[in-house]
Order: sequence, then structure tokens, then C-alpha cells
Amino acid sequence: MTSLVDLHLAPSDLVDFLILGIPFGCVYALLAVGLVLTYKTSGVFNLAYSAQAYVAAAVFYEVRANQEWNLVLAVVFAVFIVSPLIGLLLYGGLFSKLRTAPPIARLVTSLGLLVAIPELVKLWFNGGNTAYGPPGLVPTFNTIRFGEFGIDTDQLATILATVVVAVALTAMFRYSGLGLKMRAVVESPRMAQLSGVDADRVSAISWALSSTLAGLSGVLLAPLFAQVESMQYFTLLVAAMAAAAFGRLSSIPLTFLGGILLGVLQQLIAGNLPTSSVLATGIRPSLPFIVLFLLLLFWPGLRKKETTDPLSGVDPPPPVPAAAIRTRGMTVFTRGLGVVVVVGGVLVSLFVLDPVWLRNVNQGVIIALIFLSITVITGLAGEISLAQSTFAAIGMFTAAQLTDNWGLPVLGTIFIGGIVAAAVGALLAIPTLRLRGIYFSLATLAFALFFQNVLVPQEWLSGGNVPTKVPRPLVGSIDFADNRWFLLLSVALLALFSVAVILIRRGTTGQFLQALRGSERAATSIGITPTRIKVMAFAVSAGIAGIGGGLMGSFEGRANYASNFDFFFGLVWVVLVVTLGSRSIQAAVIAGLSFVLVPAILSELDIPQAWAFILFGVGALTYARHPEGVVEANTRSSLAAIQRLLGHREPGATTTPQPPNKHPSSDDGTGGMRTPEPTTTDAGTVP
Amino acid sequence: MSLLEAVSVTRTFAGIAALHDVSLEVGEAEVVGLIGPNGAGKTTLFNCIYGELRPSRGVVRFRGRNIGSLPPERRARLGLGRTFQRIELFPGMTVREHLLVAERSRNGRGGLLRDLLNKGLPTPDERVRADRVLGLLGIGDQADRPIESTSLGHSRLVELGRALMMEPRLLLLDEPSSGLDSNERTMLGDVFRSACNESGTSILLVEHDVEMVSRVTSRLYVLDSGSVIAFGDTSEVLADPLVRRAYIGDVLA
Repeated sequence: MTSLVDLHLAPSDLVDFLILGIPFGCVYALLAVGLVLTYKTSGVFNLAYSAQAYVAAAVFYEVRANQEWNLVLAVVFAVFIVSPLIGLLLYGGLFSKLRTAPPIARLVTSLGLLVAIPELVKLWFNGGNTAYGPPGLVPTFNTIRFGEFGIDTDQLATILATVVVAVALTAMFRYSGLGLKMRAVVESPRMAQLSGVDADRVSAISWALSSTLAGLSGVLLAPLFAQVESMQYFTLLVAAMAAAAFGRLSSIPLTFLGGILLGVLQQLIAGNLPTSSVLATGIRPSLPFIVLFLLLLFWPGLRKKETTDPLSGVDPPPPVPAAAIRTRGMTVFTRGLGVVVVVGGVLVSLFVLDPVWLRNVNQGVIIALIFLSITVITGLAGEISLAQSTFAAIGMFTAAQLTDNWGLPVLGTIFIGGIVAAAVGALLAIPTLRLRGIYFSLATLAFALFFQNVLVPQEWLSGGNVPTKVPRPLVGSIDFADNRWFLLLSVALLALFSVAVILIRRGTTGQFLQALRGSERAATSIGITPTRIKVMAFAVSAGIAGIGGGLMGSFEGRANYASNFDFFFGLVWVVLVVTLGSRSIQAAVIAGLSFVLVPAILSELDIPQAWAFILFGVGALTYARHPEGVVEANTRSSLAAIQRLLGHREPGATTTPQPPNKHPSSDDGTGGMRTPEPTTTDAGTVP
Repeated sequence: MSLLEAVSVTRTFAGIAALHDVSLEVGEAEVVGLIGPNGAGKTTLFNCIYGELRPSRGVVRFRGRNIGSLPPERRARLGLGRTFQRIELFPGMTVREHLLVAERSRNGRGGLLRDLLNKGLPTPDERVRADRVLGLLGIGDQADRPIESTSLGHSRLVELGRALMMEPRLLLLDEPSSGLDSNERTMLGDVFRSACNESGTSILLVEHDVEMVSRVTSRLYVLDSGSVIAFGDTSEVLADPLVRRAYIGDVLA
């Protein structure tokens, strides 16, 4: 807290801005350099980097403030023992198995860790209590004067550490054999192995190293905050990404420079913006997000196209979808079962559950509707958007303002909210979808943080401190103020949009998107325009999220942003949906219900809420084994088992799923092993 | 008027000319070969024609129109089809679906609204068209197989079929024989010829395999170090001592 305030000094010339900006710049640089190191040495854009920093800070706080260890001992323990061990654990347990996985798999895994690790730490340290007033690395606060400005000793330590780290890492990559090997392993672990490099060892070392750096930053930066809190690290990390992008995610000196420039720029702008307007106060802290967004779009040299391991072709192909091994009888049966489960669930909710659980179920259904938006953008278009909660919020605010200011019927405004969200989505997508993979994800993350910091506090949008009221719909004699009617409305909308998503998935749009995901080059060779079709998918996705958001506002009676659509929820959502299965409607529904019901059940059982996030986050770690999602994987294996059992009684009607083979002998003549008449999608038609 | 004309195409990478003043023509219903040793600039020229690279200088005309500034998908819709050296397929689709996607892209009868009205599924006549092309390629029996389980040879035919569904005027084939054994090569060459005779499609064949080139093409260009060192009737060019020395001399000797 000592340094993030007191910026209104209005210094007059550039030197002053430099002196003021450099300490902040070094904070960004230190985090960004670590991020670049992980990316450069392991190919993982590690969003959990901030969680690793947080762990070290928490450990340091615990041993230093609570157990009053000696300073050196505390630093050695937190930074040089615990941190590298965490790095080794993460690598050995997780990322070593993802070395040739697509970048998205690694992104999702790191997101899962980002969600789970801080919650685990909170449980273990301080018994979940907040750690206030973190101690600095340097014992006392001495201020060194530079003219009229001072730099305190902790800032000085940060500056020194940053310079040392930047120089050492640059030297390592430029002059040492280890640095060379690390770069080779990122390009292609298998090729590196063929040249006699122990890829596993090199990667493990780089993880330990980068984790140590994360720990160092965590401990150094702790005094910036009033308390040791993981989200602050994450926000700072996203800001630091602007510096990493400036360094093209590969150059450590450029990243260092980028961090310093960012710090100075922020001071320059802070010194020249009016301090009275809400907009200006919002823009100042979110400047890095704007810079990150612009850099992603315009900075030349960022490698926008993602490369895959040249030898990734030797990986076995993914298993066939459950629907493809399902016989006609099974299809009818599972669909019948689905209808029974849904209708039964709704009836139980309406007539058996008490009002509290009825509310919970309803919220789960609304969240499930929002999750369909992730099914579209991630499941169909293959992109990870980290701004889905933002689109839901846009829908909610639109509905709230239209009913509040113009008294429009709320059901209509919910749909208008969807259209507005879709329009914003399309506008955002047009420039950003040229970026692929993690760059697209980062751009959406920057947008989400910008929205949260600059726009959400605006009174015309959110109602300011008191969230705008949103009424319940009233259609004819049906008053949806009754929670039972509202549940029926929510289920109806969920069903409507589920059908829409199924139709899109099996229709032309879905096929084009599948072609694009499979091979963009091949898709363009048959005249498919990637940007157009993806912008469309993104707009549809944003629109669905917007409608879900409006519905949530109406359900809760107020446009509550913080408790529903904080950007961090958007990250958890992606983790949850992708873990359960991003292509499947059932998975989205199960994910939506779990998101609300799991915490509710936990609190009923007096288990700390943290476990819900831990569960969701850790779930993402199964993504390495089941990229198609847990629900899909389970469906497939149980289907196969059931059909094997039935196989004895219905010869010819069932088939054993045959693991597809990349290059079988060209004439295998196994007519009996063929799949039956394929259904185009799992909810699709039987021709 | 020729179908495809590349005029004085030059392409430099960081000051080094990968292509220097290369001109090339492909006429209607003609099979033209493009050969050259590794690093001669074949793929660079191919990419300049197809649109993955822009020429530094020079003009590429297709059907009388300067296509130099069009992105690949627009060129594809103008009638420029292609296959890939390292096959590029759509995982999760069956063989037939590969062709149906191309058909839908060609006839433009798709769209979000039609999908939502449940009119997105392939129509019977689209399936008939796809099956006819599969039959032409001799892989009609593979139609319902998931693409992951087809052999490399069949995969190349699927790529060809997918390109043919677009009814291209010119097919660009990038080393179609790489990774195939000699039987498969012979079969593939025959299929190209017959498929293109049937529809009157021209072919520009980039190939390493001189035997295949001499069997399939009627005219030939030879690239070496970024320049055309010979062109003309295939048999004459292959007999040219300069060509033999520069490129194939060691092979045929």
C-alpha cells in the first residue's frame, strides 16, 4: 500500500516520471521476465505463474510473520526450497505429459492451476485467514531521496533483483549450453531428444528455475499490497504481460525494457489525467491492459501463428466420439433416458426442493445457459475466450438499464442484451480473431480486465455502488416473480439454446468450424473464409452469454456484477466446461449445475468453499488425458461396455469400438469392424 | 489466353532472392510439371501462385485477372484448387464429409440461419455428387470411414476429391507422390490424369519424381536456384543436357 497511492504529485518533467516509473516498471519487468522464461523454456504460457508467486509470498508470510523465522532462513525456505519444488512438481506431475499437446491444452491446465493452487494455499496457511500487512524482504523501510522523490528500500531491492535476473537470464540464453538446449526442447522435445538432449531433465530444470523466479517476485512484491492475496498477483501478472508481449515473448532484454517503459508511461498518464473523473481513475490502473491489447494486435514480430511440434503427427489420433460408436437402438435409449432425467429433475426441483435449493437449481440452469456460449466458442470454434463473464455482464447491464430507464418489458430487454453482447463480441472478434490460440485468449483477458476496471464502475452502466434493479418478467397472467415459473422459463431458454447449438454444430457452420479447427490451410483451400466464420461463432457465443446474463439479472432482481460475473469467474467457467467436455451439451449443463450446486452442497456439509474451486481446478488436470472432456470419455467407455454386453444378444447390431489407426495396411478388408451408419453428431440424425 | 500466367515473379526473403524473374504459363486442360532440386524455389513459386506468399515483384494472373492481392480462399473460389505436400485433413470427419464440406462451400447454400432452421444437413444431391467423385477416384467404398483410419494413399485421394468438389479450373498439386510406394504412385498418376480429363481441369504438378512427371505431364518447367533454366515439351526438356546436368543427370545416368 505504501507505493501504489500517492501518485498525485504531478511532477513536471520527464526525469521525474522516470524516477517515479522505474520502480513500478521493474515490478512489471520482474514478473514478465519470469513469464517469458517459462514460455521460452517450456512452451507453456503459464497463467499459474502468479499462483506460484502467491505460494511463495504466503509461505514467506507464514514463516516470517507468524513463526518469526530469521529473515535469511525465511527467504531461502520460501524462494529457494519451496518454489523450485513446486516447479518440479508441476512439471513432473503435469506439464511433462503435455509437452507435445496443443497449446490450448497447456493453457487450460495452467488455468486450472491458477484456480486451484491459491485456494489450497489458503486452506493450509493461516487457516484461511487473510494475511494482512505482508513483511518486506528488506527489514525496515528506509527511503532514499532522489531530489524530491524517494525510493524505499523494498523498491530498491526489486530494482536490483530485476536487473540481476535480466542480466543473468540473458547471459544464460546467449552463452550457456543449457540455454541453447532449453530453446531446442521448446521447439520440439522429440527432435531435441533425437539429438541426444535429455529433454526431460532440461525441462525440469527450467521449471524449477522459473518457479524460483516466481517465488522471488512473490516475496519481493508482497509489500505492494495491503494483504497477501492471489488475485492481486494475477492482475499484476496480466499487466506484466504487456511487457512480455513487448519482448515478443522471447527477448529478455526487450521484456525488461518493456516493463520499464510501461511503468514510466503509467506515471506519465497518471500525472496528466484529471483525478476527478471516474473514467480517468479507472483508466490509470488498467492502462497495462489497454497496452497489452494494442500490442497483441499491432506489435510486429509476435509469432501469431502457433507452431506445433514437427513430430506431433506421430501422436495417436483422438478416439472417435461416443456418438459414432452408438448403435441406433442405443441412440434412442440414451435420448429417452436424457428426457427422463431432465423432466424428472425439473419436477423434483419444482415440487420437492425447498425454496433455497430451488434458487440454487435455477442459478445453475442459468449458468448452464451461459456455458453453452463456451460450447460454441471453444467446442466448435476451438478458441479459448476468457471474456465470457464479460459478455454475460454486458447482457445483464443492458437489460437492467433498458428496463430501469425506459421501462421496456424485461423479457425483451434480455434478448436485446444478447444482441448487444453479440455486437460487442463481433466488434472485439474482428481484430482479435486474426490472432490465434493463446494470443486470442490473452486479448480477451485484457478486454475483460479493461471492462471490469474502467466500465463496470461507471454509473450509467452498472448503477455504480448500488446495482441497478432488474424486474422479473410478467407475461399475461404468468408472474415470473414466482420462482417456480422462473425455473420453467430458464429451463425453456436453456432447451431452446441447446437445440440451437446442436443445429449449428451439425449444420454448415459447425462443419466449416470443424474444418477450420482441423486444418486452416485446407479449409481456406476450399474457399472457407476463417475470419468471417469465426467472427460469426464468437458473436453467437457472446450473444448466448449475454442472454444468460440478462436472465441472471432478472432472477436476482439486481445487476450484481461482482458476485456473478467478476472476470475471475470467467476463467473458472472455461476450466470447468473444458474439463467436462467443451463440445457436448450435456457437459455444459452438468458444468453449469455443478458450478452452483457443488459450493452449495459443500456449505451444507460445513466444508470450506475453497474445496469447490480446488475441485474445479484440479479437474482441469484430467484434460491432459481426456481432451474431449470427462463426460464424453465416460459416455464412450460406458456405451462401449453396455454394447459389448448387449452384443451377445443382438449379433450384428452392435460393434466393438475399434481404436482408429493412423495408417493401417491399405487393404485390411475388415468389413465386420466398421462402424455402423454414422450419426453426424451425438445429438444428430440417423440418416 | 492461358489459364494461369505468372509474369516475372520475384520473391526475396531478407534480401535473398528465392525466386528470380520467373515466368510460367498453364493453358486450359493441360497438365504442366514443375521440377527442380531441393531449394530451387518450387514451393515458393507454388505459394506465390496460391496466395500464401505475396511476390515481391511480378504479376500472377488467373483467368485473365490479377489475383496478386487476393487471399487464398478467394483464389480457391475463383477455381484454384490444391492438395498439400504434408496432407491436411479434417480430423473427426468421415471421408465423405470432407467432400461434402467442400461442396457446401462451393454452392454457398450454407448459413447460420439455414442451420437454425435445420436446413444445414447435406442434401441428397450433394451426397450424390460427393459419391460420384469418390467413385471416380476409386474410393467409393471408403466413404463412411473416419479419416483417421484411412491410409496415406487414400488420404491423398481424399484431398484430391475435396479439391475436385470445388470444380477447380486449375489444380495445384504439391509433391503428391511423397511418402507413397511405387505402386501407389502409378495409381495416383493414373487417377490424376483420368479425373482431370473427365472435368477438363488443368494441373500444375510440383514433383520430385521424374518418372511420374514424364508419364503425366505434357509440358515441363525446370527451376534451379530460383530461376527457370528450361521449359517446353516434357520429353524435350528431360532430354536437354543442361537439365540433365543441373538436376536429373545423376539420377538417370
